[in-house]
Amino acid sequence: MPLLEVRNLCIAFATARGCFRAVDGVDITLEAGEVLCIVGESGSGKSVSMLAAMGLIGWPGRVSAEAMRFAGTDLLSLSSRQRRQLVGKDMAMVFQEPMSSLNPCYPVGWQIAEALRTHHAVPRARVRDRVVELLEQVGIPAPATRLGAFPHQLSGGMNQRVMIAMAISCSPALLIADEPTTALDVTIQKQILDLLVALQRQRGMGLVLITHDMGVVAETAHRVQVMYAGQMVEEQPTAALFAAPRHPYTAALLDALPERAIGRARLPTIPGVVPGIDDRPQGCLFNPRCRYADDRCRTEPPALAGAPGWRARCHYPLAVGP
Amino acid sequence: MTVLMQAEALHRHYPVSGGLFGKPGLVRAIDGVSFVLRQAQTLAIVGESGCGKSTLARMATLMEPPTGGELLIDGTPTATASEAERRRLRRNVQMVFQNPYGSLNPRKTVGAILEEPLALNQRGDRSARERAARAMMERVGLHQDHYDRTPHMFSGGQRQRIAIARALMLNPRIVVADEPVSALDVSIQAQVLNLMMDLQDAFRLAFLFISHDLGVVRHIAHDVLVLYCGRAVEYASRQDLFAAPCHPYTRVLLAATPSIDPRHRKQAVAVKGELPSPLNPPAGCAFASRCPHATVRCTAERPAWRGIGGRGVACHHAEAM
Amino acid sequence: MTLRNGVKGSTDPLRVQGSALALLSFWCRFAENKGAVLGLAFLCVILFLALAAGIVAPHSPIEQYRSAFLTPPVWQQGGSWNFVLGTDDVGRDLLSRLIHGARLSLLIGLSVVALSLSCGTVLGLTAAFAGGVVDGLIMRLMDVLLVFPSLLLAIVIVAILGPGLFNAMLAVAIVMLPGYTRLSRASALGELARDYVTATRCAGAGHLYLMFNTVLPNCLAPLIVQASLGFSGAILDAASLGFLGLGAQPPTPEWGTMLAGALQYYQRAWWVLTFPGLAVLFTVLAFNLFGDGLRDALDPKLRR
Repeated sequence: MPLLEVRNLCIAFATARGCFRAVDGVDITLEAGEVLCIVGESGSGKSVSMLAAMGLIGWPGRVSAEAMRFAGTDLLSLSSRQRRQLVGKDMAMVFQEPMSSLNPCYPVGWQIAEALRTHHAVPRARVRDRVVELLEQVGIPAPATRLGAFPHQLSGGMNQRVMIAMAISCSPALLIADEPTTALDVTIQKQILDLLVALQRQRGMGLVLITHDMGVVAETAHRVQVMYAGQMVEEQPTAALFAAPRHPYTAALLDALPERAIGRARLPTIPGVVPGIDDRPQGCLFNPRCRYADDRCRTEPPALAGAPGWRARCHYPLAVGP
Repeated sequence: MTVLMQAEALHRHYPVSGGLFGKPGLVRAIDGVSFVLRQAQTLAIVGESGCGKSTLARMATLMEPPTGGELLIDGTPTATASEAERRRLRRNVQMVFQNPYGSLNPRKTVGAILEEPLALNQRGDRSARERAARAMMERVGLHQDHYDRTPHMFSGGQRQRIAIARALMLNPRIVVADEPVSALDVSIQAQVLNLMMDLQDAFRLAFLFISHDLGVVRHIAHDVLVLYCGRAVEYASRQDLFAAPCHPYTRVLLAATPSIDPRHRKQAVAVKGELPSPLNPPAGCAFASRCPHATVRCTAERPAWRGIGGRGVACHHAEAM
Repeated sequence: MTLRNGVKGSTDPLRVQGSALALLSFWCRFAENKGAVLGLAFLCVILFLALAAGIVAPHSPIEQYRSAFLTPPVWQQGGSWNFVLGTDDVGRDLLSRLIHGARLSLLIGLSVVALSLSCGTVLGLTAAFAGGVVDGLIMRLMDVLLVFPSLLLAIVIVAILGPGLFNAMLAVAIVMLPGYTRLSRASALGELARDYVTATRCAGAGHLYLMFNTVLPNCLAPLIVQASLGFSGAILDAASLGFLGLGAQPPTPEWGTMLAGALQYYQRAWWVLTFPGLAVLFTVLAFNLFGDGLRDALDPKLRR
């Protein structure tokens, strides 16, 4: 039984100009102890789909799915009370901006203790010890002295560590990290990623890492899902994805990385921009920017198809090898 | 090649009040940085937040005077220049910003934004300015229909094109680009980088390219200057720096940059600790507390700036690296 | 925008059409807000009445009809079509006085707001741009003005300058100054931190250009809202001063003064008090609705 299973997830937002589908037909499966990266450009719907799994999408968004199960529990039929008991305890989330995700009015120790108290994770008398223990686990030096520190007294990296401590405080089975290192410096980013992966290994958690950075994907993920304009366009194990992308979008995205270019040559680019709310094209959403597109791509939306090991939403998936 | 900008032991210190009873402090945002920027070349300034990159950008665009050292533009010292002279020099240095959503005046149309620098410097009449703006729009890949639109109708990548076009309206010879692509998506980032390189070739521009992304720097730069806590730690050509980094901090930075190359991961080592506070920097090498190679000498004695084989480096153990 | 397609180096008539289009789209955004349109319509009616007071008003505002003291409005027993809204305690026609009073009230609102908005904005921008000692000096002065209750300060100023409509307007303008100064300084500081200001400075702009051409247009939205609220505030304050006998002097038909004069008759003749009160209420409401709509339409960040 997979830890998280989402089938055919659709999220629509009611806007002034009608209904906008932010996420359309996304499938996510995550086994226990697996690291899944969801990668995509801004506006591709990668964060929204995970927020939906957490049940954090409110009005004017509408979530629908064929199935949404977490460790056997049907998330769609949960009452909001049952969902609150699950979220934050068995599924936890770390956000992009550590400075704004922590409440500036309370000391960080209090905020971690709050999570513990809400879910009655440990007896009241042990809460303080547990908080110190957690801070130590996430690599904060002299944790006992940092309990009373306020978020503005700590650096961005330290605050992100506090956020992670809060997320793992109730030993969740699933940790969702939404661009956890985007706001941090390179050396701190490395530390945080190493920490997340180490915690995931120690605890056998499932980890969903949302990112736009292909380098982060390559260094952490077991499996990768690529999102484009609200759709999942490709899914592959990490090594295979970087060696042989199947969807033209993934291939173009990898080619556009400066790291892959040699010297000061021109970078291969993807022409055009990601389609917005009201200029979604007919057929395949990527067809106006795709160099392989033909009439079929312009009229008929491709389905997610593939062979064991990979899936791609493309009529003509790229073959392996040159 | 012509030297367009030269910095010699540039300092910028900010006094900070220590409150009512506290001791007033001194933040050394830039502490003795030297570099040379040549025509049609890109000098990348690399470092993490708080290393003084933005302060350097403000000094290079003459927004702020250095508190010590000398900044020469076109061979003219800026500190002693007359007001008219400074204005002429300032026109030569234009800037592109990180956040394309904050760098364009939301009340003005694209045409007005592009023509503003010309109007401010009394260049041409109205129709000549419009011709120039439309030509520049063509050059950076904007559609002529965009002339009358306001910035909020554009995506991040297009806004950055507008910002680049504005920076080039006065035909500057130097463009200071402060993280110009770090707010953009990968596919858009490649477009903007290509555009910047095309424009560099076409107008023989010198870029002072400030970035924290070594992947981008490796692609666009000719020379690289690595800053740490306001001090220069390594200054070398791109080939030298990426082939054999001499300063431990540069090595750490290279190792920490996520890479899609599986070989890179094996040599990666994590660095411990965080940046020291700029208010009371350590007495010795600023990086000593995080450096895997640090010795007693590193914590006691500040390493001097030395030239080793065509590159500059500030480390006691540079030869051993 | 489609008009300009394919026209390079466009000529002036097209430019005019372009700005007309911009105006049209502005109106469309404004018209989305029904309350604002209602407010604007009411203000237009008031403006028309004020301008055409001499023709529209059935009587002179100061002529006293000795035979018709405290005549009730026409729909009440004893009312007459001669005096539609009734007469006051000395036999003056209320409707005519209200119509002529609109003239004064609009004038008061306009001049007070114009005066304190322009002075306040200049002071606020100066404080934001200069910083340091100048900033401290201007803002402490504003704090001093804020310390006094507004009406008390107005009374003090009028007491020094002597009662009268002009002095009352000046007093209200001074009282309202800190609001505009603080608001424009705060929003100017917010805008100054943004990159486009630095970019314009890079292009060679001087301080005055930055202040009025770059920063001010981006601070306008909150100032316009504050001004439209200030309009109503000014009318109210001037009415208060008039009510206290420190503003417009009788027999000038000013709404506040009319209220003050009628206070003692409120049990016997409700209309003497109600109609000037309603006039103040609706005008103030109309200005507020109009200001809200204006802000929504002006702010490009809220446009979708």
